Amino acid sequence: MTPRASALVLASGLVASGPACAPTAGADHADVAPLPVRLADTGLHAAGAVDVLAPGVRPFSPQYPLWTDGATKRRWIYLPPGAAIDATDPDAWVFPVGTRLWKEFAFDRPVETRMIERVADGSWRFAAYLWDGDGADAVLVPGGAAVDVGGGPPHEVPAVGDCRLCHDGPTPVLGFAALQLSPDRDPAAPHAEPVPAGAVDLPALAASGQLVGLPPAYLVTPPRIAARSPTERAALGYLHGNCGGCHDDRGALAELGLDLRHALDEPGGATDPALRTTLGRSGRAPLPGDPDAARVRIAPGAPDASVLLARVRSRDPQHQMPPLGTRRTDAAAVALLARWITELD
Amino acid sequence: MTIRVASIPSPRYLGAVLALAAGALAACGSREPATAADDPVARGKYLVTAALCNDCHTPMKLGPNGPERDEAHLLAGHPQGVVVPPPPAAQGPWNVSTTDTMTAWSGPWGVSFTANLTPDPETGLGTWDAQTFIDTIRNARHMGKGRPLLPPMPAELIATLTDDDLRAMFAYLRSIPPVRNRVPDPIAPSIAAATP
Repeated sequence: MTPRASALVLASGLVASGPACAPTAGADHADVAPLPVRLADTGLHAAGAVDVLAPGVRPFSPQYPLWTDGATKRRWIYLPPGAAIDATDPDAWVFPVGTRLWKEFAFDRPVETRMIERVADGSWRFAAYLWDGDGADAVLVPGGAAVDVGGGPPHEVPAVGDCRLCHDGPTPVLGFAALQLSPDRDPAAPHAEPVPAGAVDLPALAASGQLVGLPPAYLVTPPRIAARSPTERAALGYLHGNCGGCHDDRGALAELGLDLRHALDEPGGATDPALRTTLGRSGRAPLPGDPDAARVRIAPGAPDASVLLARVRSRDPQHQMPPLGTRRTDAAAVALLARWITELD
Repeated sequence: MTIRVASIPSPRYLGAVLALAAGALAACGSREPATAADDPVARGKYLVTAALCNDCHTPMKLGPNGPERDEAHLLAGHPQGVVVPPPPAAQGPWNVSTTDTMTAWSGPWGVSFTANLTPDPETGLGTWDAQTFIDTIRNARHMGKGRPLLPPMPAELIATLTDDDLRAMFAYLRSIPPVRNRVPDPIAPSIAAATP
């Protein structure tokens, strides 16, 4: 959502907005059928029944969910029959053409459902559908929207271009990978959601035959962050789920030298990239409100001197992290990270 | 010294002030001196010049004949040694101000300082690649993913250029002398207003 768009909130509830040059649906994929205008036509639900999933659509729940201002979420994936995810690289799954994933955002009622789809040329396309007030259907809003969700900052439905900010990296699909689907779930993960009935996890996916190449060790010993304490495990998981999509040393921000994803091909422990690139390490970003202070990403034992925590806490657009998709501080995450940084002393 | 530059109701419309740049760019096509394939640096210089990048990213100084560009700080952004006082309070429609260097701007968005576009690795774009530059312009966000770019940067207008044009501009920016100049961070409106 652009600053201009994010400033738009109407008392009536919502207003279409977004970048003046936001791509239209399907504009980047001339050889592919245009995106459906209605969510009902995307293949998520059975015909005429928004509360019944279509055949082949399965729910899932990542153990370290992304914070979106307290929205409750539901997620689903569809893999074409006979096709499989290539998990040879456990940190960069390759999804078959035809894969579709949906995520519903609700604030007491469903507000929007996003979809990403891998199309025939191998690229991904993105869509956001805005629910009507009575939950009967949702319609495509390629330019994004700002929705009043009961006071305070609006919920921002992303424009197509905004989707690409997070999903054009080394792993366009975020939240559906080995660590996130591990059955060894972190009980201290902030905002962890109950696993829905019928949800697919790593063993179920492997058993279905729609996951190939996964190193067998991950089925014997499910992925788990090798941390020095439960607090550190949850903190690193939070950073993985909320920051690692962009702060990934394989991606466009590699030159920052800040890697917050938890890579399964790393040994973990004290050499975890999120520790190696933050603890006592100077960065470029200032401490919000104190530009003359030392620019230490994480100062062990000193949460108030840690730029990373200050930026997670901030909702000043010039400092906040993540830089989009949230307008309200994640108080639970701030408390967790502060506790962890204090422990590091 | 502070110069009041315009009577502008909102940051959104500040872009209109810089539409001159877009007009110049739009008129470029028929008399391009070089194509990116021929000499991307020359073409990039042409585009950077026509887009008026220097107007804000090269500081002005007072010369014998009045204000002139400080060529020793070509495209180096707001000089780190120029510490600006709090901006004047907005009065009615006079709500945008700039300094005599033309590199610090205040308005409803707070105070912004123009970026160092030279290839200095510590304080400029030295560690960027062309794609980072393109993403920054296209997405109007720092490094393409981070904080929003602030007025008066007319990113939406520059984004009308093609990827080849933007690559050429970046090639030119990589060719100019690096200037070590750490530009201050922007100041939020509440802090800018509260600073005594």
